[in-house]
Order: sequence, then C-alpha cells, then structure tokens
Amino acid sequence: MTKDIKVKKIKNGTVIDHITAGQALNVLKILGIAEEYPKTTVTVAMNVPSNKVGSKDIVKVEGRELKAGEADKISLIASNATINIIRNYEVVEKKKVSIPELIEGVLKCANPNCVTHFEKMRSKFMMITKNPIKLRCLYCERAMTEEDVVRQF
Amino acid sequence: MNFKGRDIISIRDFSKGEIEHILKIAGKMEKVRGEPLRGKILACLFFEPSTRTRLSFETAMEKLGGKVIGFSEPQIASVAKGESLSDTIKTVEKYCDAIVIRHPKEGSARLSAEISEKPVINAGDGSNQHPTQTLLDLYTIKREKGRLNVNIALVGDLKYGRTVHSLAYALATFDANITLVSPKGLEMPREVISDLQKLGGRIKETNELEKVIPEMHVLYTTRIQKERFPDPEEYEKVKGGYKITLETLKNAKKDLIILHPLPRIDEIAPEVDATRHAKYFEQVYYGLPVRMAILGLVLGALK
Repeated sequence: MTKDIKVKKIKNGTVIDHITAGQALNVLKILGIAEEYPKTTVTVAMNVPSNKVGSKDIVKVEGRELKAGEADKISLIASNATINIIRNYEVVEKKKVSIPELIEGVLKCANPNCVTHFEKMRSKFMMITKNPIKLRCLYCERAMTEEDVVRQF
Repeated sequence: MNFKGRDIISIRDFSKGEIEHILKIAGKMEKVRGEPLRGKILACLFFEPSTRTRLSFETAMEKLGGKVIGFSEPQIASVAKGESLSDTIKTVEKYCDAIVIRHPKEGSARLSAEISEKPVINAGDGSNQHPTQTLLDLYTIKREKGRLNVNIALVGDLKYGRTVHSLAYALATFDANITLVSPKGLEMPREVISDLQKLGGRIKETNELEKVIPEMHVLYTTRIQKERFPDPEEYEKVKGGYKITLETLKNAKKDLIILHPLPRIDEIAPEVDATRHAKYFEQVYYGLPVRMAILGLVLGALK
C-alpha cells in the first residue's frame, strides 16, 4: 500500500472512513450533504487501497460534526463505515455506524401499491435482521431485502 | 385489558392473550342486551366495494345502539375530487367516534391510524391485512370446535391470498397443526412459512387435497383466481383438483367443518351446503359478534 497522502487532512469536521468501495456518492446522497450543508467543503476519495478491506471510499466533510444517529443511515449501503470526528487535526471521537432500528425517510418501499407512494408522507421501516439487511415497511408490512435496498441507489 | 382508543390494523399487533380476550367478549355479544354504544357514531369509509364486511360492521354498530355514517362508493366522495387520504381522515374524524376503513392501497389503514385521534379499524388494506376477518375465522373455529389447536388445512391460493397468511400466523400462535394445500406456483411464500415455524407452528405442505382430508378437523378454502394463471387451460385443470364436492369428502371425519371467507365462485359445490360440514354461512354470522366486540372494546363501552 502506498503511504502517499492523496487527500490532505482536515482541521475540523467529520471523516467517514471504510465506506464500501464505490458507495461514496450514495453516502453523500443519503446524508443530503449538498442540501443540508451547501457551503461546506466536501472531499470524496473512491477506491482507495486499504490493508483491511482491499479498497474503500472516504468522505471528508469540513467544519461539520455529524450528529450521532445522523450517520447511521448510511449503514444500509456501507455497513463497515466509521465516523471520525476531527478537531484541530486530531481524531477526538471514532465510532462504527450501526443500523438503526427505525429508518425514516431514506428509502422507498419496494411494494408499488404501498400507500407511501401515493400520499405526501415519509416512509418508515423497521429492522428485522441486520445481517443480511432485512426491513419491514411499517405501513404495508412488506419485507425488503438488502438487494431491494441497494437497487435504490 | 384495556382496548379503549386502540387501533385494529394488523393481527401482528395483538398478543395471544389479547386475541383470546376479543374472542371471549365476542362470545358475550351473541346474547347482548341494552345499547352500550348509544350516542356513538361510526364512520365506515369504503374506498373499495365490499358486501359482507361493510354490512357486518354497520349491523354490529346498530345492534349496539350506535349510528353509522360513511360511504361505499368513493366516486361520489371527495376522493373523486382528488382529496388525499390524509385530508379525508382529518375531516371525518371530526364527525365520529371511530373509523372503519377499506382502501385499495396497502398501508392505508396504518397511515389513517397515525393521523386520526379516534380509533381506526382496518377492514382490508389492499392485499395486506384484514384483521377482523382473521378474528372472525378464529372465533368460528373456537365456537364450532371448542378449541383452536385443531388440525386445519388451508386450501387454495396461499401465495397471493394474504388474509390466509394472517390466519396461518394467528393459528400458529395457538398451536394448530397447519397443512398447506395449494396448486404448484401458488404455494405459501417461504418467508411466511419460516415466520410460522418461528412461532412454533407445525406446518406440512402438499399439492394433494384428498390425501389429507381424513385427518382434518377444519378445511379452510379460499378462491383460486383465474388471473393468476397465464394459461386459462391450466387454470381449469388446477381448479378441479381443489374443488370440494361430496366425493372429496367421502373419507372426512364426521365432524369436519368447512370454512370459506366468501364470496365463493366454484371452490365448494352447492350440494355440500346441505351437509353438516358446511359452516361458511355460520362463519358469516360469527362476523357480527366479533365486530360488535371490537367496536365495544375500542369505544370503551366493553372491558
């Protein structure tokens, strides 16, 4: 593995590391980075070689500390991701994302006849199993598999 | 047990003890006196046609002294003007004490319950849930056989017939021996079977109805819909093998009972109606005490 630093360190903010390779842009989409933090500098690195997992994606968000829970949503597509909070170039907090029990508003129900597609409302899913990911729509009660989830991004 | 204000959306929301309580109260409703729901108003919102369910809810409410408002044809309602379901519910709940809803979209009843302060009863949300049908099926079995841990065959379209999934789910929690009888391609989904097994259900699967009949206490028949088959000839062939006739029943237990959620098309031959096995019209009657019990409980008039 190369020791060159391709992306420079950030002073303050959040580094999302160990994102499943190829999923960085979906991570940005799920977090709504562009809409929520329009003036924030965001650095995206994709297919970065990694000793542990072969290759990975990294997202750095400058000047913003992602709140606990906020980042958990990305575990749907990047279950090994870690959230690093950076202050003055130092990692002050590091944690793995964990799949929330209730997922609101991120996903669309796979059932085309589900009421969530016809009313102005947020979707809601309950976790059935985490590995593999299996969710149940709180409205139509249809189960969604990991495949259904990944296909949406 | 306090059911006041509770929504009745999915059979999954109820514990075994709660189901037993509803069935117990239903038993009392067969001989109810007085008008415990006098002064109460029930809104019946049928966004999709229905005969039995709607009449049964209306009759149940009237029998308990309450009044019914609502519609049975959405084309004449505000829905036709493009009003959202959410707005319809917000409006209707101002007029009534409880809402019964049938709607073609899955999840519509759960959404209505979230919006409404008044209790909401699901009378069928698309192909998802129809909990009062499940409860009346259970009540019928209990009333006719004295128990729920029976040998029961669920016959017909077990893939798309979702109310049969709810019934199987409830029966599994009551320790029934469940035999699934369906044509190839219309078997119960693996996921549902694995859920049933997790609940401790004893499940057998077969394509041959006649072989399992001698063991059964209950035959629960459902419609096999023509549109599920790409080839009409295939449908005609399959349908014959699952039709209940006097011949199919020749090795049945004397006290076997046959149930059907109705309407039937030709799953049960008319000559079977005259046998002691036929209980599907009693089943219709039992819908009444079950719905009376549910209305009385959620409106707080019964405990």
